[in-house]
Amino acid sequence: MPREPYEASSFSVPPCRIDAIIFTRLAKDGLVPALPCSDAVFVRRVFLDLIGTLPTGDEVAAFLSDKASDKRNKLVDTLFKRDEFADYWAMKWCDLLRVKAEFPVNLWPNPAQAYHRLVHTCLADNLSMDRFARGLLTASGSNMRVPQANFFRAVQSREPRSLAAAVSLVFMGVRQDSWTPAELDSLAVFFSRVGYKSTMEWKEEIVFFDEAKPAAKGPVNMPDGQLLPVPPERDPRSVFADWLIQPNNPWFARNLANRAWYWLLGRGLVHEPDDVRKNNPPSHPELLAYLEKEFVSHGYDMRHLLRLIVNSRTYQLSCIPVGDNPRTLELFGAYPIRRLDAEVLIDAICAVTGTGESYSSAIPEPFTFLPDGSRAIALPDGSISSSFLELFGRPARDSGFESERNSNPSAAQRLHFLNSSQIRSKIEKSSSLGKLLRNTGAPNNTATQLYTDILCRPPTETEKSLVREVLGAATNRKEALIDLTWALFNTTEFLCRH
Amino acid sequence: MSRRRVIQCALGGSASVLLSNQPLFAETAAPAATPPPRPARAKSVIQIWLWGGPCHLDTFDPKPEAGTDYCGPFGKPLETKVAGIRINELLPVLASQADKFSILRGMTHGINAHETASYVMQTGHPEGDRIVYPSVGAVVSLFKGRAAGYQGQIPPYIVLTEPQGRFSEAGFLGSRYKPFATGGNPAKTPFAVEGIVAEGFSEERQRARRDLLHRMDTLAKDMPQHPAIAAMRRCEDDAYDLILGNGAKTFDLNQETPELRDKYGRSTFGQSCLMARRLVELGVPYITINYKGWDTHKQHFQIMRRQLPEMDKGVGTLIEDLASHGLLDSTIVWWGGEFGRTPKVQNESPWNGGRSHYGKAFCSMVAGGGFKGGQVVGATDARGEEVASRPIYPWDLVGSIYELLGIDTEATLPHPLGLTARVMPGKEEKLKSGGRLHEIM
Repeated sequence: MPREPYEASSFSVPPCRIDAIIFTRLAKDGLVPALPCSDAVFVRRVFLDLIGTLPTGDEVAAFLSDKASDKRNKLVDTLFKRDEFADYWAMKWCDLLRVKAEFPVNLWPNPAQAYHRLVHTCLADNLSMDRFARGLLTASGSNMRVPQANFFRAVQSREPRSLAAAVSLVFMGVRQDSWTPAELDSLAVFFSRVGYKSTMEWKEEIVFFDEAKPAAKGPVNMPDGQLLPVPPERDPRSVFADWLIQPNNPWFARNLANRAWYWLLGRGLVHEPDDVRKNNPPSHPELLAYLEKEFVSHGYDMRHLLRLIVNSRTYQLSCIPVGDNPRTLELFGAYPIRRLDAEVLIDAICAVTGTGESYSSAIPEPFTFLPDGSRAIALPDGSISSSFLELFGRPARDSGFESERNSNPSAAQRLHFLNSSQIRSKIEKSSSLGKLLRNTGAPNNTATQLYTDILCRPPTETEKSLVREVLGAATNRKEALIDLTWALFNTTEFLCRH
Repeated sequence: MSRRRVIQCALGGSASVLLSNQPLFAETAAPAATPPPRPARAKSVIQIWLWGGPCHLDTFDPKPEAGTDYCGPFGKPLETKVAGIRINELLPVLASQADKFSILRGMTHGINAHETASYVMQTGHPEGDRIVYPSVGAVVSLFKGRAAGYQGQIPPYIVLTEPQGRFSEAGFLGSRYKPFATGGNPAKTPFAVEGIVAEGFSEERQRARRDLLHRMDTLAKDMPQHPAIAAMRRCEDDAYDLILGNGAKTFDLNQETPELRDKYGRSTFGQSCLMARRLVELGVPYITINYKGWDTHKQHFQIMRRQLPEMDKGVGTLIEDLASHGLLDSTIVWWGGEFGRTPKVQNESPWNGGRSHYGKAFCSMVAGGGFKGGQVVGATDARGEEVASRPIYPWDLVGSIYELLGIDTEATLPHPLGLTARVMPGKEEKLKSGGRLHEIM
């Protein structure tokens, strides 16, 4: 029996190749996938996963009342065109690229903002990922005028081996320590002629192909067994980019396919998603190969990958697993419940309450202040922060590892939500509370508004009667409404993707 | 599993036993604390962090003989209780306690950028290439927190009142070793510690609300066993233990006499110092007081006239009060910022009498926990511009603090990626060093 309001009795999308692989694998272990998720769950889930933003009450209502059979696919396509799509994915990419003005990366504010803007534009324009990567890997020029050039500045050490390690982590999903010293030395050859020089402009720095540095002594032995010639007159970085971005390269496309899966489903097919190595095989090799092939054959189109995944039945499972075998969750037999990312969570509270936050960076001088009401997912620079974001595990952007983002719950975070002045004052000032106070009509309307605004779904009958009971027993209507709002903010459903 | 254990896990102690079967919410396990190399003298640390960089010449290293180009209007330093030690004329309370603390006049690292200097001072590690080390507080909460038997309800690493925010305090140890920042203002009643003390909410309403939350949490009611939901629930239980338990009482400064509160000064800083003493009494191993306002590029002397007396009352009274409670022997008080300030006053526009960043020579102060009092370690030249004798590098100071706490400075720290990271830099790093502060330990 589907559980109200989270589950539906049948799928809204046809089965696809992803589902065949996932469901077969589950069956092999005698495990059963969860039921399909309801429309109400889907709309909230796909908004959060694709644009890091809650749907408004109107958006939820429009989706729920839409009778079209392909409404889920259509919704996905509209989300790709939203500004928040680029905001949210730029945030993720800037985590990996360590876009941060200050310590320990030290990009400095202007270049950090230019770099973020570039990433944002590439994502908004859906630039193919091979061109995106090539742009970063081969750029030369000023950190302020050629934002791509910051790729080789967003590192703590400019030694060729460190540059190779940074490239390998982001674009190959391989950690420095997974290479043998000889392999790392080979990769380092391609970054041994990166030059840096300052200019008369304050904090400007030029990244360039430094022909004065010694060229490779001969062909380089690549980790895939190829012997790659590096002509002395060519920037070795572009030789590397040519090698990396070719359809049969075993790392580039696979890494991005694996990360896309991880970003949407909380666990990489190779897990951790940036720990590709021989003795860490994927849970579903066939699926990873399929996603990789699709990605390459569609011109390294990231949206194609995302679309394939979110339009699958696997993605559209409910979050309520069947049985209590933990393998069900590891094998993607239910949608994973995860606390909202720090930025998404504060934006959600601000959106629901109609309040804003102010963000600033006290370092380096001169300080950076963003206009009030700026959204956290759109912050351009890791040095611009707030205590909320720190508390809820926003990555420091020190290392570029996916695990730097910590979305685990903690008691300190719960204290903040249950009892802090920040959350309390947002609830008290909230525009929806004002609306509820003015509207003294039927308690059922109150329940509907509360649930749609905060949990993005209408209340069930049980929930309506609970709200009726609370309001009926209240001596102070305002206090009761505040308590109801507070309680909904503290539910698992609000705090998590589900 | 006991309730105590649950709290310990969630509030940033160690031992991830609880979470080990939950892939989505699992964290890397902390190591067992290595046995200390020698018995610990100190149990707690109060770090008084003067954010921005206090001027050495205008605090503990006065240079009246260098003339007003250097000492500005502060030409008459105070003789302290210890013959031969002089400090700034606006620090009479500290002067009366000079037998209990030691001044480190040989501090140096040569870094003039806030961010990097803060990192180096607060971690005791040089700026590295790919490892971001945890701050001293995070290391202490790793080795002296839950794993070492700290049983308190209050988290082991507290910041009064705001996090410093200049670098990630927990470094690679991850967010469970971040400090708990109180927020609020201890000079106000009540001291509204963020999340623990909610003004105007009775205990009865708190309980009623919690009950309401449980009734409304439909998804959690549907599957309480789900690992993600169970983890959320454990965090909630721990949070309520603090809200409804002793947390609120701990932070109630009205339990102290008005006379003592006055003596500390009714400023946010003064009352933070008093709060720190209360936390030490409860056994909290590490407390940082973040004291803003020392980055005085302009109006330097006006600000010093206002701020030095406030600092003096807070720190001086804290040392005296710790001693009279018998706590000074087991508590290290560590005073300092990320660097000093330009010894020569910048009288030119736009500074018009300010001082800039200065990492080449500056001072810190330590008291208690096994540090002797009444001593001066190191000296600067006649103008406070260079270290003239006995240099003290950040790792010399931080290593000394760890020694007194009984933390093995050779021990490895748990790096999530298995990289080798040690409590203090090893000899192979060939750092310049003046040696640990054994002359005052």
